[in-house]
Amino acid sequence: MAFIDYYKVLGLEKKASESEIKKAYRKMARKFHPDLNPNDKEAEKKFKEINEANEVLSNPDNRKKYDKYGKDWKHADEIEKAKQQQASYEQSQRSSGGFGGAYTDDDYSDFFGSMFGGGRGRSAGVKFKGQDYNAELHLNLRDIYHTGKRTLTVNGKNIRLTIPAGVKNDQVIRIKGQGGEGINGGPRGDLLIRFVITNNTGFILDGNNLYKTIDLDLYTAMLGGEITAETFTGKVKLKVKPETQNGAKVKLKGKGFPVYKKEGQYGDLFLTYQIKLPTKLTDREKELFSELNKIRS
Amino acid sequence: MMRMDNLIPVDQLCTHYHVERSFFKGLMEFDLIQVTTIEQTHYLHVDSLHEFERIIRLHQDLYINFEGIDSVLHLLKKIEALQTELSEIKNRLGLYEN
Repeated sequence: MAFIDYYKVLGLEKKASESEIKKAYRKMARKFHPDLNPNDKEAEKKFKEINEANEVLSNPDNRKKYDKYGKDWKHADEIEKAKQQQASYEQSQRSSGGFGGAYTDDDYSDFFGSMFGGGRGRSAGVKFKGQDYNAELHLNLRDIYHTGKRTLTVNGKNIRLTIPAGVKNDQVIRIKGQGGEGINGGPRGDLLIRFVITNNTGFILDGNNLYKTIDLDLYTAMLGGEITAETFTGKVKLKVKPETQNGAKVKLKGKGFPVYKKEGQYGDLFLTYQIKLPTKLTDREKELFSELNKIRS
Repeated sequence: MMRMDNLIPVDQLCTHYHVERSFFKGLMEFDLIQVTTIEQTHYLHVDSLHEFERIIRLHQDLYINFEGIDSVLHLLKKIEALQTELSEIKNRLGLYEN
């Protein structure tokens, strides 16, 4: 863990009084509190930093160590702890005479990492909900056409979850009780999953409606007929009206995307005709087009 | 018949979260939380627990009073609606950028 200048975090000078620390902390907390900055990871990170700074600077013992040892203040804590342990345990329990990994960076991070909705120094003993975890799930548009189950690994734990059909790109869903351990026996935090949906299907999704441009040959457009068109779930036969214009749209009701958490409800599919003009005309074809042209003029 | 397993007695919540009964009464008076009353006992629905914890944090961490919490929650709702709208608009914008 990189050294953080706690005074700088709170915008204070080293000689700041206890009341100045308290005032600065409260001011910064009001600005960066995660409850006031929903879905803002930067604010959450900053809030953890200011809590960490406050935990250290508002505690006279920790502040003393911090002022004395600077970036090594945690190391000093280990020395003290090791000394205490030395008094209690036999020397042989230590192989190297070192610090025995009593207080690692990870321990430190976990302790302070639980600040969001977690235990604060002044509220020791109070039960608090554990930390909310954030995760990102990348899926393809095809994956979310049907409600399906996925297994996610969060902090080494496998979580099986149901992903409702029609979930949107950038949407966040909350899975209760799958976050960090509660503080002092409080309930577990939640798992917040943000969905990142990629689309390489050839269909455009807007809301619950799907859009696609399809080719139509000139003669079917002019004379009408039947074509086969691709929908998201398979091919369908379509009747084309005579004299269909380029850019004309047809709506296939209920052939769009499923509506989120509304089983059996679907958006529509809009197909846009793009009329393909014939190329490499034969002499006979040119002759006939000239004739048509004369009739029209 | 209301399902009781989704309801938490207010007294139990006050003990669990170390808040005074008067705090809960204040929340009810300011309509900050919806409670269900069955045979003179107040209950909080489990779905409101997240909101309740948020209110506790605003009150205890930031020393915001009930009037302030009411305003904050109102503004947060607006922010959340705007964030959803922004996300939808970004998705639509992506259609034209690709």
